[in-house]
Formats: sequence, C-alpha cells, structure tokens
Amino acid sequence: MTSTILEMRDITKTFPGVKALSNVNLSVEEGEIHAVVGENGAGKSTLMKVLSGVYPAGTYDGQIIFQGQECQFKGIHDSEHKGIVIIHQELALVPMLSIAENIFLGNEHAKYGVIDWDANEARTSALLKKVGLKEDPKTLITNIGVGKQQLVEIAKALSKEVKLLILDEPTASLSEKDSQALLDLLLEFKRQGMTSILISHKLNEVNRVADKVTVIRDGRTIETLARKDISEDRIITSMVGRSLDDRYPPREPKIGEVVFEVKNWSVYHPIHAERQVIKGIDINVRKGEVVGIAGLMGAGRTEFAMSLFGRSYGRRITGEVLLKGKPIDVSSVSKAVEHGIAYVTEDRKTYGLNLIDHIKHNITLANLGGVSRHSVIDDLRELAVANDYRKKTNIRASSVYQMTGNLSGGNQQKVVLSKWLFADPDLLILDEPTRGIDVGAKYEIYTIIARLASEGKAIVVISSEMPELLGITDRIYVMNEGRIVGEMPAADASQEKIMRAIVRGEGKAA
Amino acid sequence: MSTDSAPAPQGNIAEEQRPRIAVSALTTNLREYGLIIALIVIMLFFQFTTSGTLFKPVNLSNLVQQNSFIIVMALGMLLVIVSGYIDLSVGSVAGFIGALAANMMVIWQLGPLSNPLVVSIVCLIVGGLIGAAQGYWIAYHRIPSFIVTLAGMLIFRGICQALLGGGSSVGPLPDGFKALSSGFIPDVIGPLTLIAPTVNAAGKTIVGSGLTLHMTTIVLGLIAVLAYAYFGVRTRRKRERHGYEAEPFPLFVVKTLVASALALFLVYEFASYRGLPVVLLVMGVLISLFVFVTKRMTIGRRIYAMGGNPKAAQLSGINTERLTLLVFINMGVLSALGGLIIAARLGQAVPAAGLGSELDVIAAVFIGGASAMGGVGQVIGAVVGGFIMGVMNNGMSIMGVNVDWQQVVKGLVLLGAVIFDVYNKNKA
Repeated sequence: MTSTILEMRDITKTFPGVKALSNVNLSVEEGEIHAVVGENGAGKSTLMKVLSGVYPAGTYDGQIIFQGQECQFKGIHDSEHKGIVIIHQELALVPMLSIAENIFLGNEHAKYGVIDWDANEARTSALLKKVGLKEDPKTLITNIGVGKQQLVEIAKALSKEVKLLILDEPTASLSEKDSQALLDLLLEFKRQGMTSILISHKLNEVNRVADKVTVIRDGRTIETLARKDISEDRIITSMVGRSLDDRYPPREPKIGEVVFEVKNWSVYHPIHAERQVIKGIDINVRKGEVVGIAGLMGAGRTEFAMSLFGRSYGRRITGEVLLKGKPIDVSSVSKAVEHGIAYVTEDRKTYGLNLIDHIKHNITLANLGGVSRHSVIDDLRELAVANDYRKKTNIRASSVYQMTGNLSGGNQQKVVLSKWLFADPDLLILDEPTRGIDVGAKYEIYTIIARLASEGKAIVVISSEMPELLGITDRIYVMNEGRIVGEMPAADASQEKIMRAIVRGEGKAA
Repeated sequence: MSTDSAPAPQGNIAEEQRPRIAVSALTTNLREYGLIIALIVIMLFFQFTTSGTLFKPVNLSNLVQQNSFIIVMALGMLLVIVSGYIDLSVGSVAGFIGALAANMMVIWQLGPLSNPLVVSIVCLIVGGLIGAAQGYWIAYHRIPSFIVTLAGMLIFRGICQALLGGGSSVGPLPDGFKALSSGFIPDVIGPLTLIAPTVNAAGKTIVGSGLTLHMTTIVLGLIAVLAYAYFGVRTRRKRERHGYEAEPFPLFVVKTLVASALALFLVYEFASYRGLPVVLLVMGVLISLFVFVTKRMTIGRRIYAMGGNPKAAQLSGINTERLTLLVFINMGVLSALGGLIIAARLGQAVPAAGLGSELDVIAAVFIGGASAMGGVGQVIGAVVGGFIMGVMNNGMSIMGVNVDWQQVVKGLVLLGAVIFDVYNKNKA
C-alpha cells in the first residue's frame, strides 16, 4: 500500500535571471491525495509543468521517477502516455463544442478518420456518471457553468486512463457547493485507488482531503506534513515563514456620511433581452466603510457591479446613482472614473490587464492624465508612480518593466489594484479581490483595503468566501437572483445567517 | 484625480535596477538594432552585386521617391495592426485618390479649385472620410476589419477605374503637383562647388563630373543630427538627475555616433546630387510625428493597450470605439497622401496605381516586428521594414532579376523575418 508512485528529486529550474526552483523534492505515494501548497510565485505551477513535460527534459536539472522508472518527458504527450494528467487552473475546453466532443478531442473513437458518435457518446455518458454530472453529452460547453466544466475536465482526464491526476487550483472559480462536490469526488477517487496531487490556496480544503501536504516557499521544499500534523495554522506558518496570528488585519472603522447610493437599479441580459438580471437594487456605502456583497455564484453580483461601472454589462439599465447626494452620470467607464468610481474585476487576465505589456504601463492606464501634460506622457513621472505603487502594494517583480503576463496571480492582482488606486477613486468596488491567490498575498490585500478605508474611501467587496467578508467588512448585503435579500452589520453576521438569507430569498423569488 | 502625489523615486530602487536595465536595454532593443543591421547588410550586399550603383546619389534619390508612399502608408498601417485590425483597402484608396486628384486638376476645370495645393487638401479630407466610413462599421458595429476593408478594396478600385473612364490614364499633371514626389528642396543658401565640373571640348559641362554640394541640405542635415544628439544627452541627464539610468554610457555613445554617421553619409549623398527630395522631408516629418505619438502621447499608449487587451482597455475608461474610428481615419488620410505621392511621381493617374501595394505595406509592418495579434509593433520597425522591401526591389531591379523572382524573394524575406521574431520570443 505504501509504494511510492512518483518521486521528484532535486528539481532545479532556472529562467533567465531567476531561479524558479532549487532542489525541490516531492514524493507521492500510491493512492494518496497529496496537496502542494505555497504562496503565489513559490514555484508550484513551475514544478507541475516540469512534471507534465511542458518544460521538456533537459531544460531542468534533477530526476523524475514515476512507477519506479526514470522518466524524461519531451512534452505533455509523453507524460499523458504514462498516465499523468494535469488539469490547469484555466480550463482548456472548446466552448462551442459539445461535452462529448471535448472529452474525446484528439482521442476520438474513429475508424479511418470517421468518428463513431454513438461510441463516443456512450463512453461520455459513462464518464459523466463517474464524476456525477447529469448533462447530455451533446450539450455545448458554453451552456454549462464553470463548476460543471471543471467536472468535464475531470471526466476528460479519466478517459485517458489516468494514474496520477494533478489538479491546479480546481476550486478557484467554483462556488462553495460545487467545491464541496468536487472534493467529495476526489475522496471517492481515492477510495478507488487513484493518486492525486492537489494544488490549492484554500487551506480548509487541503485540511479536509489531503493525506500529506508539501509546502513550497521561494522555489524550495520547506517540509512535507503527514495527516496527523496537518493544521491550517501549521501550514500557514510554514508557507509564509512567519506565523499569521490573525488572518485579517485589525481595523478601527471610522465611518462617516453616506457617499454613494444606488436606487432602484435594474438591468436586463445583454442577449436574452427579456431576462431581467438585476431587479431593483438599492444600496448605499458610507465614507470609510467596507461593505460586503455576499451571495452564491450567479446571484448577479458581478453583473450589478459592471452595469454600474459605465454600463459595462447588460442593457435597458434603469435606476439612479448618487454621489454625496447628487445624481451622477455613469453611462460610460470614463464618466464613472471621473466621478471617482473604480471597479477591480474578478477576472484580471481577461478584463484587468494588458498581459503583453509591462507593470508600469498597466498601472497608469486608467489615469494617464495623472502622468501627462497636454497629452504628452512624462516618462520619469510615470516611472516614479509605478515604482511607488510597486512598493506600496508590494508587487514582487524584478522591475516595473516586467511583463504582467509573467507575474503570479497575487502579483497580477496587486498590479490591477495599483492601477485603480492611482486613479484615486472615492468608491472602490473590488470583485473577488483574493480569488486564486495565496494566504500571504491575501493578507496584503486585506491590509490595503483597511488602509484605504481609514483614508476615508468607500469600499464595496464582492466575495464568495464568507469568512473573508465576515473578517474584513463592516456591513454585508446578501444578494440572490438579482435582488438584495438581506442586510446585516458584519458584527452580527455569520455564515449561517448569510446562508439563511439566501435560502429565504430563494423562497421569496419563487 | 490626484496628479500631484508622484513621489520622489527611491535611490535604492534605482540602485538595484541598474545592472538589469543595462542588460534589458540591450535585449529589448536588439530587435530594433537587428532590423537596422539587417537593412545595412542588405544594402551592402546590393552595393556589391550592383557594382556600386545602389549608393549612387541619383539612385538613392530614386529609391526614396519610389518607396516613400509605402512608408507613408505603413505608418498608418502600423497603428491599425497594433490596434488589432487590418486594412486591405489602402492600395485601392490610394489609386482612387490619385484618379480624383487628376480629374480635379486636369479634366473637371474647377477654376481656382484646380490648384494643386487645394486639390491635395481636398483629397486628404476625402481620404479621412473614407477611413471614417470604414472605421465606423468596424468600431461601432463590430464588423471584422478584414471584411470591411476587403469590400473597400473592391469598391475603391472600381471607382478609381470608373473615374479614369475604363482603362485610360489622366494626365499630364501640373509641375507644381509633381514636385511633391520628384521635387527637391530649393537651395536657399546656394551651392558650394568643391571640385569644378569638367568642361568638354564643345564647351558643355559633363554631367556627374566635379563635386557641388547642395548647402541647404547639408545645413538641414547637420541641424537634425545635432538636435538628435542634444535631445539624447538631455534625456540622459534628466534620467540621471532623477536617479535612474537609461542605458550604459558606452552603448549610448556608440549608438549616437553610428546613427549620426549614417545620417551624415546620406545627407552628403543627397547634397552631392540635387539636394533633399521633398518627399523625403515630408516622410521625415511624418515619421518623427508618429514616433512621438506612439512613444510619448496618451493616445499612442491607449492604442497599444487596446491592441493588447481590448476589454481591459475599455474597463480602464478608454473609449475603444472612438479610438478605432480615429485609427482608421488616420489610415485613410495617409492612404490619400500615398495616392497623391504615386500620382505625382508618375505624372498622371493610372487605373493600376497602388494595385497590390496594400500587401507591401502590410509586409513592411510585419517585417518591422509588429504582431498580427495586436498590441506590439514600433514605428521605426515599420519604416525600416518598408526600406528593406524598397532596397530589395531597387537592388534586384538593377541586378536585372526577373519580377517574378523578386516576388519570391520578398515573400521569403517576410516569412523569415516573422519566423525569426517568433523564435526569439519563444526563446526569451
């Protein structure tokens, strides 16, 4: 039972100028769930890319021994052939193809190039049953939610006769319920004897399912903890190299008058014109106050925020926005920004960053006026601003000339945040500000939020992580199906209360 | 918006960045230097294979006059491609504008409106309107630019031919208009004769003998080179005062000296012939303007951001629709200017003017290192790319290479340049 399925010895990987991994060791036993945790940029993803052959043999030093054999993978094909399948954080499904087509993409049951659809669909149904997904194999990927797409990815991995399943942040974009289901599935696979490696930032999940935890910090293995030693505090200490007594920074709220108000805000779906997505929302935010918006995936929180921010979502938008009691025009992003509203997106890669440009240009993009005179950019001033924000938000990069596409998730988030801080807003809307980033970076982001509030800014935080909302906000709105279904001071709130508001809200909406 | 909170840069940041910047200054500019070196190598190659004809002053003037329209249009195309679009209509628009200009000056008898300057201004405005018409569909209705401009390519070639009454040409165009392409700047200072020309037995001077310098050209050239060096040093000083270092000093000196030497050599060549071609001056002004706009102005920055990630640009408050429209209006104006230059060079409007030149223009931009995905590309790159195409055309023609094979070589160079780019990017 305790035979070692995978051993990675002294893995060292250098990029020009950076040592991403130095002498990393990882040993995984057959049939266990092995969690790999570490801060952003610690080297987890690099390690997995070495393992799966994305970085081919020869570009790194060290040995990979899989099932007793030393392996030299030249590419992903080699590692998949051995039964090592990796599911990346960003899902690699083709949206306009069906579930069955995606699962057998490049691997279709076919004779002389002619696809046998019946065989494909029959096998797909069997695989979907294994992962507990009740969908027609013919359904297009674009028509199912992210949680189900994740399950399709897993079904796809199963179709390849996987011996070692690697999941990179599988629950990063899933709701609480979908995450739980996914973890249960992992435990079920374990009972059937499958080995998996789980890369995650969510320590409660690691705590729940992992048999062993390997902590990586700054490209080195710090330690491997056995089941009995696993505790969240222990992992955090080891990850950040210091103990975090409190996961949320302390804060003395100084709350002033109402700065920002939304009245009777309604929005319709951009494509399905008859579907009302936001149904008459009223909210307000005070000076120096951090307001949370809780809710499940699909409650309409992001749609609400984006429709407020220059009508970036939806159509037939009605309602009123008041800043310090006066109605303002937010019909375009530039007008919203002028009135002091900033929206930090939940999807930094798609909506937040120009990934092929460097940090400096990204930070000043929303406020080019602040670094230019008569539309001519002052290069030195821009450099000074970028360096200042890099320091303020602690962006870890070799310089402000590093491409944002090469940064880790947490550092990318800090760049997006810097961009909006430099625009100097009065109201800052943060949509899932800590999604997919590690504990250390989360704490830094919370600290920034606390500092901004103490400077008198009004802040709205949209988050699916309830402990986070309870930890950093002063007041929480609960949203469900396009409505506000509850409002409570954070001091009186609890996860149960929020859930109860959602459930009651569902009853009301029906 | 707080604009006055820019902090003083920290000395230690500059300290730690210094060695990295030194390295990165070299590597990031390697593409640009590499391209210029490639151009020089190609020129030397043809200088050798054409037994010295390429660098003859008269040939250099020809080379500039033949290729200037490609480079002028490449400036607009660079912005279009950086924005993430393409424009296939530029050759047809140029042809149409040439036909319009010729009709206005020769056929329609518009009185004072037939004045070459008035005609040119009207034509540039019409070009801008054409750009706006195409850009409107691309920006506000999200019709793919490939399709809109493919339609434009057919439409404007058709109108061009119709304006010229089928297959005929319209001309000759007035001399004042032709000066745009074939003219030289007047020598207000006066010539300086270094070696008196040889006089033959019949009492006539032998063309090309002796050495007389066009002094206005020399003075302009010297001013340009001195200004280049002055601004280079000033920018450096300013950076150093603020605690940053731009690039290693020896590299800066070598770069400035090499660039100045090359420029002075070309100035000397032109001065020993008939001076600076007017079209080179126009081109020079436009190139400087576009370098400034793309590198220093907010609108340039916004164009790069839009090409790099249109959604993120939009959510940063950039009006991407209007920006797209402006990029196409700019392209339309430059296509019109290209059309005027072609007509002025030929001295008449012909139905095939600018035919296929959109492909040369696009090739110049891609050889210059722009990315087909948008967001990446430099003005200088596109200009050098245009000159590489031009020198190859010119050199191979002098060598007597068949036009068919010239195309094959140009295609291979385009493919090679882009493969080199992609290979370099993957290695980094």
